[in-house]
Amino acid sequence: MDIDISQFYDVFFEESFEGLDAMESELLGLDIGSADSETVNSLFRAAHSIKGGAGTFGFTFIAEFTHVMETILNEMRNGQRDVTAESTNLLLQAVDVLRGMLRGVQKKEATDDKHIAAMHRRLEIMLAGENVEAQANDDSDLGSEEQIKLASSMGWLIYFRPNAHFFQTGNDPVRMIRELASLGELSSELIDDKLPPFSDFEPEDSYLAWQFTLTGDIAKDDVVDIFEWVDDYCDLTIDPIMTAESAEIEESVLDYAQDDKEQISTPIENKQKSEITASPTVKPIEEEAPIDNENLKVTIAPSASSIRVGIDKIDSLINLVSELVITQSMLSRIGDNFTPSMLPNLIDGLAQLERNSREMQEGVTRIRMLPISFVFNRFSRLVHDISEKMGKKVKLELIGEQTELDKSVIEKIGDPIVHLVRNSLDHGLEVPEQRLAAGKTKTGLLQLKAFHQGGNIIIEVHDDGAGLNEDDILAKAIEKGLIDATDILSTDQIHNLIFLPGFSTADVVSDVSGRGVGMDVVNKNIASLGGSVEVESKQGEGTVFSIRLPLTLAIMDGQTIRVADENYILPLISIIETIEIKNTDIKQITGKGELYTLRNEYIPIIRLYEVFNLKPHTTELEQGLVVIVEGEGKKAGLFIDDLLGQQQVVIKSLEDNYRKVIGLSGATILGDGTVALIIDVSGLMALYQEPSLAVLTRNEQVA
Amino acid sequence: MAIILAVDDSASIRQMVVFTLQAAGHTVVDVDDGKQALEAAQKQSFELVLTDVNMPVMDGLELTKKLRELPKYRFTPILVLTTESGIERKREGRAAGATGWLVKPFNPDQLLATIKKVLD
Repeated sequence: MDIDISQFYDVFFEESFEGLDAMESELLGLDIGSADSETVNSLFRAAHSIKGGAGTFGFTFIAEFTHVMETILNEMRNGQRDVTAESTNLLLQAVDVLRGMLRGVQKKEATDDKHIAAMHRRLEIMLAGENVEAQANDDSDLGSEEQIKLASSMGWLIYFRPNAHFFQTGNDPVRMIRELASLGELSSELIDDKLPPFSDFEPEDSYLAWQFTLTGDIAKDDVVDIFEWVDDYCDLTIDPIMTAESAEIEESVLDYAQDDKEQISTPIENKQKSEITASPTVKPIEEEAPIDNENLKVTIAPSASSIRVGIDKIDSLINLVSELVITQSMLSRIGDNFTPSMLPNLIDGLAQLERNSREMQEGVTRIRMLPISFVFNRFSRLVHDISEKMGKKVKLELIGEQTELDKSVIEKIGDPIVHLVRNSLDHGLEVPEQRLAAGKTKTGLLQLKAFHQGGNIIIEVHDDGAGLNEDDILAKAIEKGLIDATDILSTDQIHNLIFLPGFSTADVVSDVSGRGVGMDVVNKNIASLGGSVEVESKQGEGTVFSIRLPLTLAIMDGQTIRVADENYILPLISIIETIEIKNTDIKQITGKGELYTLRNEYIPIIRLYEVFNLKPHTTELEQGLVVIVEGEGKKAGLFIDDLLGQQQVVIKSLEDNYRKVIGLSGATILGDGTVALIIDVSGLMALYQEPSLAVLTRNEQVA
Repeated sequence: MAIILAVDDSASIRQMVVFTLQAAGHTVVDVDDGKQALEAAQKQSFELVLTDVNMPVMDGLELTKKLRELPKYRFTPILVLTTESGIERKREGRAAGATGWLVKPFNPDQLLATIKKVLD
């Protein structure tokens, strides 16, 4: 049969990378000296699976490499090898190398073969160093195998007596006989000496035996292989037919009918006779691998991004589809012979349709959701490595790893979090001496938290380190010309300065947090995901970075609003309330525009027609509506003409089709086919405070 | 053509096995571990069980033992898929009641050749 196994590569890569991630975090969690046996077992299992898969799919060199890791882990599992810091570290490095090899194959990129070979050697040295004896044994096994392979003759005399319980292994002597017959010319004699009287006959037991004469140029291995599965469940002798003694053999064959196995061998004078007790076919992996490396590079299909979905999610979707079908048939029945009296039914049906499609939409969205543990899990290694390098003691806590996020967000959120974590390790957490001097525990705490809040996912990077130094930040911001020396800023505003482009407090860029980019890149990356990042810090107590992300990027609840002749969408989530206002509640403040007093709070009024440069129907605030919105903890009142409907909208990216526009997060197509722009409230507020931003983005675009 | 239960915790191997067997006209049910396999085997009758050895929750040897304890699987061929071609492991497989084994890595043809042995 011709089956293209390359179609399984994607799944293999996916599960192997998962296996490697699991191995990595388990290795990091291993207690040196007293390793938990279940952990070692699951480490072994992971290596074992990767090896098995790699061998099966033809990645022989990966299988070979993993084989050494597996052997080391197997020895640890069986207690033949101690779990030392040295071996754990080597295995960690091997995990990295293996990941590189897999990635190389997956992406068809060149790998650092020297590095791989060096690591392979180091693993083998570690393996051999403590286990020279076992290797010697292996060699002798191979030797005996060679001998068996060499043995062949004119044919074979085979005596085969299955045990009474032979059938209960699921085997059948007929199979062996058939396979023997396929090797050469077979003659057989039935030995039924053990057959009991019919009254004692047990139908589940085996009573028969056979003497076969198999002639032809047949390797002994081929004969042995046939009985490989059952050699423990039968009496078996395999003896060569010697031509010179053929007469004697003929004679002895006749004798077999009555004789037991011990006696059978006596008539034949044969030095090569061997009784088979166990399978000798131990084949090294490389011999059987179906595809070699050269072929492999050509056959790998370009990998499409794939996602693994729990069966429960699929089931619930199927369920929803069937409900949708029911609704559809109900509606079409109404439509077939509609009378005005059926109007209530029609309305019910439409309501049901709406519910169905909303549920379908939620179900489909859920398919794209992955737990954030995919991102979080890599941090134990990162924190381990970096804190060691910097001489800091850090404990990492992961909270809410099961919180689900859109796959595309999961893929892109990793780097910003890495940056924040590196930052906390580098600038936030102190070395043990400093911590003790500040009255803290020697070990710093770094928390990664993920949780839902409203329609958002919040990811927090929390450290109990030194906190942000406001004086330093201010001095730096003034030096870089980001603010004027005369500006008076709140603590919050000072902290947020670190997100401005061109800001970096570290005088020397360290190789840990600084790679020439600052927090502004983090900010930008998160903003491109439709999210925002905030910092909260107390000097001496620690810092919290909070990343706020939308649940999904594709769909949101929107409120359609009318401004002049245009429709816009406001994310429902950002709306607090909508009010009609009186001019008497408006205060004109020079330089700050109009402020509206809402329950003792001053809220700036943003006239949307001004921002979007539209020709207004009215400029009188009393004649329109004000929508109070919130973004990044700040409120504003948006002056609009009218509120239209609420609906779920599918977000189409402006960036993909046009370019990034501050104050707008995208566009959508409304029910009537017209396009409406979606307002990004945070961006809009930034734009209102700093109209030059609009120009800025335009310039960036040009650059 | 037979109804076959395929058990492996590795999704790629499982897919390969399922695909190969289905392409050869067999009906295949596939599960991730021994425990699920045992449940499936009780619900439905299989003519052949193909199981990996190293699996979480319940390994292939225990599954084989448990299956052999069930009357309807006393004589059913059970093949273990194993990379450990060492004698010890095979003995364990046999002691558990396995019919035979298939040594990984194997390709689709080898798989089909092996199951053909026990299905005829």
